[in-house]
Amino acid sequence: MANQYETVFILTPVLSDTQTKDTVEKFRKLLTDQGVEFVHEDPIGLRKLAYPIQGKNTGHYQLFEYRAEPGVPAAIEVEFRRDERVMRFLTIALDKHAIDYNERKRKGLVGKKTIVESPVDAK
Amino acid sequence: MRNNRNSTLVNEPLEKNQNRKKYCRFKKAGIKYIDYKDASFLLRLLNEQGRILPRRITGTSLKFQRKVGQAVKRARHLALLPYVADSLK
Repeated sequence: MANQYETVFILTPVLSDTQTKDTVEKFRKLLTDQGVEFVHEDPIGLRKLAYPIQGKNTGHYQLFEYRAEPGVPAAIEVEFRRDERVMRFLTIALDKHAIDYNERKRKGLVGKKTIVESPVDAK
Repeated sequence: MRNNRNSTLVNEPLEKNQNRKKYCRFKKAGIKYIDYKDASFLLRLLNEQGRILPRRITGTSLKFQRKVGQAVKRARHLALLPYVADSLK
């Protein structure tokens, strides 16, 4: 029974473009070797970090959304820990609301109008 | 913060806006999933120091307050939100 997972990881900004691409390609190949079905990939790219990680203030974000058997993310995370170019990574399992949200977001249905201001403004 | 009754001459209007009915904004808007990647939305639920606002202020239901907490902690892990900030807004 395949679950849907979403992995986000941050690569150190020191890498050149080609190195960054190779790293992302390496992890994509790792995933495909595990027989994973990709749902969505989103190269978010260089972003400012909210706090410095390993002394760096920016990082290259990359997102993978895929459907896989339960054991797969654990194997991938071993690789993330081993690879020193990856500063941080996070894998979550998506429940049905999350899957639905991601679908709608890709279709652009998640507009501004659904956000309701909080009744009591934050002090 | 609530001004007591005898200190104000006009008793009714000031009392009015204090006890407005709080509601859970997620239930009202029909939001089912709080995305941890959407930092701008999560900022609305943090105070200036970057800490999560309590339910008594935002009026959020327990179920969604847990989802908010989880999303904010994931965003902090991925450095989308700071753990501690001095002037966030």
